[in-house]
Amino acid sequence: MEATASLNERTEPTQSLVARQFDDLEQQRGAAELGMWIFLATEVLFFGGLFLAYTVFRSLYPRDFAAASHHTIVLIGGMNTAILLFSSTLMALAVRAAELRNQTTLIRLLLATAFFGIVFMVLKGIEYYKDWTDHLVPVLNFDWHSPNPGPAQIFFWLYFAMTGLHAIHITVGIFVMLTLALMARTGKFTTGNYTPIEIAGLYWHFVDIVWIFLFPLLYLAGHR
Amino acid sequence: MDQFHLFPPQASTSAQEVDHLYFTLILISLFFITVVFLPILYFCIKYRRGSAADRSNPLNGSNLIEVGWTTLPTLMGLALFGWGAVDYFRIERKPANALQVQVVGKQWMWKVQHAEGKQEINELHIPVDRTIALTLTSQDVIHSFFVPAFRVKQDVVPGKYTSEWFKPTRPGEYHIFCSQYCGTQHAKMIGRVVVMQPEAYARWLQTGEQTESIVRSGERLFYDRGCSGCHSPNSKFHAPLLQGLYRKPVPLADGTMVTADDQYLRDSILQPAKQISAGYDNIMPSFSGHLTEEEIMQLIAYVKSIGREESPDQGKP
Amino acid sequence: MNARVATEIDIRTEGEFARESYLSEHTVRSWLLTTDHKRIGILYLFTILIFFAIASVAAAMMRIELLHPTGGLMTSETYNKLFTIHGTLMVWFFLIPSIPAVLGNFVLPMMIGARDVAFPKLNLTSWYLFVFGGAFATWSLIRGGVDTGWTFYTPYSTTYANSHVISMAAGVFIAGFSTIITGMNFIVTTHKMRAPGLTWFRLPLFVWSLYATSLIMVLATPVLAMTLGLISLERIWGVGIFDPNLGGDPILFQHMFWFYSHPAVYIMILPGMGVVSELIPCFSRKPIFGYPWVGCASMAIAILGFLVWGHHMFVSSQSVYAGMIFSVLSFLVAVPSGVKVFNWTATLHKGSIHFTTPMLYALGFIGLFVIGGLTGLFLAALSVDVHVHDTYFIIAHFHYIMVGGMVTGFMGGLHYWWPKITGRLYPEIWGKLAALTTFLGFNLTFFPLFILGYLGQPRRYHVYPPEFQIFHVLSTAGASILGVGYVMPLIYFIWSAKHGRAAGPNPWRATGLEWQTSSPPPKHNFKETPVVTGKPYDYSAEKDVDLDLANL
Repeated sequence: MEATASLNERTEPTQSLVARQFDDLEQQRGAAELGMWIFLATEVLFFGGLFLAYTVFRSLYPRDFAAASHHTIVLIGGMNTAILLFSSTLMALAVRAAELRNQTTLIRLLLATAFFGIVFMVLKGIEYYKDWTDHLVPVLNFDWHSPNPGPAQIFFWLYFAMTGLHAIHITVGIFVMLTLALMARTGKFTTGNYTPIEIAGLYWHFVDIVWIFLFPLLYLAGHR
Repeated sequence: MDQFHLFPPQASTSAQEVDHLYFTLILISLFFITVVFLPILYFCIKYRRGSAADRSNPLNGSNLIEVGWTTLPTLMGLALFGWGAVDYFRIERKPANALQVQVVGKQWMWKVQHAEGKQEINELHIPVDRTIALTLTSQDVIHSFFVPAFRVKQDVVPGKYTSEWFKPTRPGEYHIFCSQYCGTQHAKMIGRVVVMQPEAYARWLQTGEQTESIVRSGERLFYDRGCSGCHSPNSKFHAPLLQGLYRKPVPLADGTMVTADDQYLRDSILQPAKQISAGYDNIMPSFSGHLTEEEIMQLIAYVKSIGREESPDQGKP
Repeated sequence: MNARVATEIDIRTEGEFARESYLSEHTVRSWLLTTDHKRIGILYLFTILIFFAIASVAAAMMRIELLHPTGGLMTSETYNKLFTIHGTLMVWFFLIPSIPAVLGNFVLPMMIGARDVAFPKLNLTSWYLFVFGGAFATWSLIRGGVDTGWTFYTPYSTTYANSHVISMAAGVFIAGFSTIITGMNFIVTTHKMRAPGLTWFRLPLFVWSLYATSLIMVLATPVLAMTLGLISLERIWGVGIFDPNLGGDPILFQHMFWFYSHPAVYIMILPGMGVVSELIPCFSRKPIFGYPWVGCASMAIAILGFLVWGHHMFVSSQSVYAGMIFSVLSFLVAVPSGVKVFNWTATLHKGSIHFTTPMLYALGFIGLFVIGGLTGLFLAALSVDVHVHDTYFIIAHFHYIMVGGMVTGFMGGLHYWWPKITGRLYPEIWGKLAALTTFLGFNLTFFPLFILGYLGQPRRYHVYPPEFQIFHVLSTAGASILGVGYVMPLIYFIWSAKHGRAAGPNPWRATGLEWQTSSPPPKHNFKETPVVTGKPYDYSAEKDVDLDLANL
């Protein structure tokens, strides 16, 4: 590989898209993708703390966790699983549309992904409301009909911490999708440089995968 | 106790074991220091800039040498690991036939109760040449019971029983430190161990006000707090009998087995729903908050004692 | 390293600065909005020095209090807050960013022939997060401080401590994200932005060590963030995850904390090793001995470092068998560190050794690190650890690693790259004096603590039995010498930035790419992207060069 010429001599048309620290688009795209993967690795470890706590307490109190898990709403959880899986499919198609430089399809798919994200959040909200009326919110209104409510409270604490942290990620994802859809109207992502769509897709799939783990752990723990 | 020392007094059997490994480690350190520092010193003098030393044909690497100085320390490390692990195993495993002492840590004092019932604060009187086993717990934060002269240390964790044992070999007075940071007066959570000749210890036990034994206290609690209302043969409630329970395997409702050790008994008093015995209902109320750590230890001592007496009793009519 | 643009420049005649350097702009705005990795490195330098100063003052006050067995200068509460300040600020606001965020930011892109890091804006964000986190930490100090120790052990920190734990935890939490961003930037930069011809096994060893460090930063720090988050929520709501009375487990906290904090110990030594791997070849004018072994040792340390956290918990009531596994792995993690030391030593053989200030620091590093590392074996040995755990022995051990190792490495690196950073030379004679002073002061401060620890002096005690006093007095005496050793460079560095003689592009005649550009470097580092055609550390001891700055 021959050395690149000095900075100001570059004249290729795509040059304006390349940040000054990169030599070319390919390098820039590789860096962005690797960066996203590393970010996702940190996210895995971040959620990992909660998963560890869940594992420890579930093995300490299997009966209480099973009993508490019965109070989650499997129907809503299941619907949300389907919704996220479907939205992930749409996201994958959006990346494909960007690759094929199909601007209209790209925008529609991004909006659809965001829409299903919103549906997820609405359902989650309904579920949280139900949890509140069932007195399942630790500390604030927790009421558990057992002489020893501690472990069940820990289960619901982890339930709210894990789904809450996940919901924050979904919310961020929705805003990212909407912003990208808005930016896509300028045709920015349909000229061959669709890295932002691609890394947003990675993020969305990751958030989806986290839910795939949360659903069985939190909703199905008590079902044999 | 206040002369100049480089090493703490050796006052227990494990102190000697730990010191042997410690001195070996010092020798190994001196060996490595020699093999690293001497060449550095030598090279620094011989190959200082401008010296006339021969610098031709320098060696910039050799896998043979690298493998050598990777393997040798690895083997040495594994040997040291084995040595430390064997001693550790002995230090961590509670021996049989020990003199039992209950210790409760709280911010910022040690509360000690002997089997005979005698209680003391921040002091531990024990006879020489007897194995002493401490059962430790904390009623607030994590503490750590550390006796440098015995080379033993054990964190004292709330909600949990930990144990520590030693066999003092020399009469005298030694420090007790709390070595896990436990709050404002951590530095003042100190005390002393007094190791005495057996006769002196026996005399010491008789001094002060006469107290009932720890088992007797536990028995009293067992009736006063209503435990006997359910856990007795003629109770109208269906509750497990506790005679002979200690150290026996207990089948649980979820199909698993546990051994009825101190921790199990403690959990059963404070969190009865955690481990339900097979064939019984979850009807026992939690005594969490209704018993002090000392009282729980007394109850457990009582339950242990009715286990022990049971076997000889069996032959009687 | 043979670079195409490398030309032999006579440093005596090349006195002028490059007309356009990264320092040319002087407005505050040009600093606060900069995305230049070199400027961000300097922003970090100033920020961490502030925290270093605060934490050092705390240490000095503690050492004065410890002069007398009954203390007397301060209350227990004040002392507890002082060691907490010292620990939290030194660990998270000085040591972790010290070499990576200051020297790493400054030289890593130049070492690999890049114009900047992969994500310059994120790089600046990282500094702002760091400042923001530091502000939270400082705020918690101003409001009255924290008394949990830097380890935040539960249930003390969650239920019993009456101090500003949450704002301190928030500060560390935020600073953690700045660390993650730095790590991510370094990994991507190293993967994607190396100059043509710069293959992995031609990388300078400092880059290898930063890469290994970054892996730890990226994978361990999020666990700390989650742990601190749980502590804060636990303090607010008291759900009981760490509270045994509510069914929680205080030991779970220790596992989570040390899962981060043990690898973090390697964040606080690997970069120092990397610096030394640059200094030793340069000042013995020889290629480093066993290059691939030294590079791979960094990776081995980073990976094994994730598997040894339980050695902080041998007496915590964790299972005996877990203790054994953690012990054997801890012995193994010592091996790659040993390999590095042996290779540095072998590098000196048949070299032409120049005793410049950076070299004195590098040799000091080896000496102190060897002692720190060997005493690590004492702690890995289970039965000995039961005795010395939570005593001054451990204090002495980790200060030998973190101060004797990392800070010495940082000082060595700072002296080495100072001509590159400022374009000016520091006064060599003062540099040597400071290096010797810190070395002597350090040993006097911390060596007595090994003896004190084996005698049984627990850590975090401000009153102690009178027979321990002699060692405390020695240590305090040493600390005052050490203090002088740290103040000296501060003075002459500031002086030299203005009045030092011009350094020229390569005063050390070093081979790294960062020396192939002017000092201070231009904004985008290189006029032309360099091309690398050979191995690093292409020095020859048979050719005599004059590197004594006093002669320049």
